[in-house]
Amino acid sequence: GNKQTIFTSQQLDAYQDCTYFTRKEILRLFHRYRDLAPQLVPLDYTEQPDVRLPYELIGSMPELKDNPFRQRIAEVFSEDGKGNMTLDDFLDMFSVLSEMAPRDLKAYYAFKIYDFNNDYFICKSDLEKTLNKLTRNELTEDEVRMVCEKVINEADLDNDGRLSLEDFQNMITRAPDFLSTFHIRI
Amino acid sequence: MPRKRNDIAITMDEVGMDIDAEYDSGNDVDTKRKARGRNKPKPAARGKKAKPADSVDESEEEEEEAPRKRKTRKKKQESEEDSEEEQKGRRKRGAAARKKAAKNDDSEEESEEEKGNRRKGGRKGMRKKEKEEENNKEKKGNGKAAGKGGKDKQDEKDKKKNKGKFSSSSSSASGSEDESLSEGEMARLKEDVEEKKKVIATLRNKPWRMKRRLKCLKEAQGFVEKFEGALGKGKGRRLYAFKVMMTKKIIKFNRDFDNFKTACIPWESRIKEVESHFGSSVASYFIFLRWMYGLNLILFGFVFGLVVIPEVLMGMPYGSLPRKTVPREEQDSAMDFSVLFEFGGYCKYSIMFYGYYNYQRTIGLLQFRLPLSYLLVGVGIFGYSLMVVIRTMARNANEGGDGAEDSAFTFCWKLFTSWDYLIGNPETADNKFASTTTSFKESIVDEQENLKDENIHLRRFLRVLANLLILCCLGGSGYLIYAVVKRSQEFAKKDRNELSWLQKNEVEIVMSLLGLVCPPLFEVIGEIEDYHPRIALKWQLARIFALFLGNLYTFLFALFDEVNAKLEREKEIKNETIWALKEYYANYTLQYNVTENIPPPNISPADVIRGPCWETEVGIEFVKLTVSDIQVTYLTILIGDFLRAVIVRFLNYCWCWDLEAGFPSYAEFDISGNVLGLIFNQGMIWMGAFYAPGLVGINVLRLLSSMYYQCWAVMACNVPHERVFKASRSNNFYMGLLLLVLFLSLMPVVYSIMTLPPSFDCGPFSGKNMMYEVIMETIEKDLPSFMADIFSYASNPGLIIPAVLLMVLAIYYLNAVSKAYQNANMDLKRKMQMQRDEEKNRRNNKDSTNQVMKDLEDLMPNKSLIPPPSAEETEKPADPPTKSPKVIGKPGAAASGKGVHVQKEVSLAAANPRAPVTRPPGPRAPGPLPGNVHGPAPGQGAGRGRGGPPPRR
Repeated sequence: GNKQTIFTSQQLDAYQDCTYFTRKEILRLFHRYRDLAPQLVPLDYTEQPDVRLPYELIGSMPELKDNPFRQRIAEVFSEDGKGNMTLDDFLDMFSVLSEMAPRDLKAYYAFKIYDFNNDYFICKSDLEKTLNKLTRNELTEDEVRMVCEKVINEADLDNDGRLSLEDFQNMITRAPDFLSTFHIRI
Repeated sequence: MPRKRNDIAITMDEVGMDIDAEYDSGNDVDTKRKARGRNKPKPAARGKKAKPADSVDESEEEEEEAPRKRKTRKKKQESEEDSEEEQKGRRKRGAAARKKAAKNDDSEEESEEEKGNRRKGGRKGMRKKEKEEENNKEKKGNGKAAGKGGKDKQDEKDKKKNKGKFSSSSSSASGSEDESLSEGEMARLKEDVEEKKKVIATLRNKPWRMKRRLKCLKEAQGFVEKFEGALGKGKGRRLYAFKVMMTKKIIKFNRDFDNFKTACIPWESRIKEVESHFGSSVASYFIFLRWMYGLNLILFGFVFGLVVIPEVLMGMPYGSLPRKTVPREEQDSAMDFSVLFEFGGYCKYSIMFYGYYNYQRTIGLLQFRLPLSYLLVGVGIFGYSLMVVIRTMARNANEGGDGAEDSAFTFCWKLFTSWDYLIGNPETADNKFASTTTSFKESIVDEQENLKDENIHLRRFLRVLANLLILCCLGGSGYLIYAVVKRSQEFAKKDRNELSWLQKNEVEIVMSLLGLVCPPLFEVIGEIEDYHPRIALKWQLARIFALFLGNLYTFLFALFDEVNAKLEREKEIKNETIWALKEYYANYTLQYNVTENIPPPNISPADVIRGPCWETEVGIEFVKLTVSDIQVTYLTILIGDFLRAVIVRFLNYCWCWDLEAGFPSYAEFDISGNVLGLIFNQGMIWMGAFYAPGLVGINVLRLLSSMYYQCWAVMACNVPHERVFKASRSNNFYMGLLLLVLFLSLMPVVYSIMTLPPSFDCGPFSGKNMMYEVIMETIEKDLPSFMADIFSYASNPGLIIPAVLLMVLAIYYLNAVSKAYQNANMDLKRKMQMQRDEEKNRRNNKDSTNQVMKDLEDLMPNKSLIPPPSAEETEKPADPPTKSPKVIGKPGAAASGKGVHVQKEVSLAAANPRAPVTRPPGPRAPGPLPGNVHGPAPGQGAGRGRGGPPPRR
């Protein structure tokens, strides 16, 4: 693939302004995207074709396939909220998950990922879902309940029984390994 | 903002506005919005404190109406019906409004954005609407990109007002395209452009969808393009245009440079592969290895660029001097592999070692001062490494979160950060799931009760025993090394050919074997201590560290003994040579009867008597040690990992138990051991580099090969860890070790530079009493005299002692300051915690508190609201259970926390009595009726959004 035929240089510059990627990485990402469905994705993106890859394809990438939160990630980053992604969404996703993205941005998206019911708060049901995904349902109900209570007790600064974005950010920005683990190299 | 313009300018200004106004009126959406904006009282007035809100409002309305009036005026072509004062006044107000609009624009953009961020996803209807609006705006063709973040209903009003302002500000912006711009407008426009640029630069940090970011970027760029040109008019036009062009070029260059830089980072894909197989902890070793490689590459650049290459290019060639020639008695065996392999023969007299370098003060055409450069590079290596390590540590500390109190968020961190998003391998994922589950279970158990040790005495005894054993091991290994080095000195006195290979390489073999055997031994001993794995890991690391360090230092001490012995011998030889030279001169004078211009003795450089050159010997020791370390490491990987994996894999078909799952199984990657090995290797390089410049090159090769080799080995023969216990912020932990090792390796080198006399016949410092005399010589001969004066003053003890004193004081002061900050920090944290608790109590005991307070207030005639504590305590504990049915409405912790926290709440509730003070005593239900209807609960702060009156009974 010659880069001139895929994107115009303006497009590449714009993408570089909007993401944390270099030109080469953007092209690599495009090829990764295209490899998921070569028959769907055209090699010419200068006209900005409206192509969406279904979640099944996105979720089968080796980078995401073993991630218990892959569906949430795809949902959060896709424009339609169902996990079907355009190239823009795709770039967006890996830009946020890249090494260069700042902590605040990562924290914001992490919050969205863990907010399963999209109500802008991480409430008990979200925590339970997260925990169950994380441990593959191997904790007993009592244990799950206790962990959730503990979490809310620890991080809920305004005492409304759920975690708001501020609570979450306050908690996550102090975590020593948040930056190193909330990160997908591609 | 008074303006001085001629009439033409005014009309032109008006025309500009006119056009915009027409556009605006053509756009019915906007006019509607404007109309609505007008009806609504604006909070915008907060920008202007002097004017009351109404007047501002008015001026803005006028501003909007003005264009229409002016249109009529324009038809009359400057007939100027309005009095000039009026017009001026109007324009003044208009300008003020514009200015204000711009100001508010910013602030509101931000606030709106925040809200928008919080409420973003999922409101597609809104977004569609918004898109339409954006399109409208684009039609208007004003370059304002504007943060159109609002997607909420409650934000919509804001936005409409905002848009109204946009139109006005846009009119002003397009008006500013005129030739005559006032200073203020220029400045404002400049600000706008700068702001847009900032938007472009920080765009990627915004949590928006890509589409929106692209749009925003386009608009911002359009704006900048459009108005940057306009700014250039006037005096500084060309300069400004030039500046703009240059910044564009610089941005482009920076981007290309960044692209280039990231393209230069090697092994990205390799590390990614490892990472996805083994998670971030194993990958961190490889990242550390890569970092080390980079560091060594730079050191290599220093050493080779400033020392080795100049000597090779400009120095005397091989064979021209005794120090550069293999002595006659060694020449026969100098090319033998066994000799070369021990860095004797030609290796010993090559640029790899200290002894080869000549003492000529300047060499070559460039007058390159090699001895000076040698010393400075030797010291500079340490300086540079120190700087890099400390800088990296500081950056890690910044990145690693402030750590808070480790205990504050245990469960949160476990829940939200324990998944490693890098994992892309099912097996690793399984392990990760398992280890996460275990760690949760462990912390649950920890939380429930601290398990009491039933047999604490036995455990204590075992731990003491373990430490004793390990101390014995350490002492034994130290003694062994010392003895071996001593023995090797004995051997060195004998003839080489009599010695067996084993005897010649005893030191290296023993050291490597110790490094190989002791760590597993420590691990076995550590088993009986029965620590938590995380703590056990720390102990293990500390012990290995102690072992390596002990070994290294014993080795060094033994080496120093040897060096001293060599120095003695050297003195003799020196005397002998001087005596021989004197004899020669005397003989020459006798023979030819000449006293002057005696030619130097004509001896082949290979035959000259020479000293032992202890520096080269030391260098050889270090190189040998490094090489044997490399061999042992690689062999261990080959046998311990690869062979084991092969056996397990293929013998499993015909074995009586399952080898893969059972006893031998596959090896795990030993992160801590590998990192420590790397660190100690680096320590040896630092120590040895001064006496063997070639060592840095060897190390670069070693790191390069081990990157590929270990990557392969890890992927081919290791299995992911079953339980990974990451030492938190381990990066800085290892960096700290590196720093310690750096310091420890700095000491012997500096000691030898400062105290030991250099050999008289080899190396760049030969002929001097001390190595550092090179510097003094340079100062005296090459620098102007006043510099020499300055240096002599600076090195005066009278100046140095106060300087040291000052530094000590500064350290003391900074230490005190940091402690004070720490205290303040703690204080604030405590306050926050208290506030939290208080709030929690209020929420949890809202009703009960309320009631208690009610009762108390009723009881006390003087309405003093501070009740005696006894009353509260007697009342409280009874309350929560009775109220529990009422709490159902409360979400989360408030309700669920009951079972565990009742006691705690009660005890913490001491702060409550103060709460009701904020509430006026007000009307109250007669009698001690619980849960009265009047007034909100005391704990219910305004704006908390809890809604609803307290439940009634």
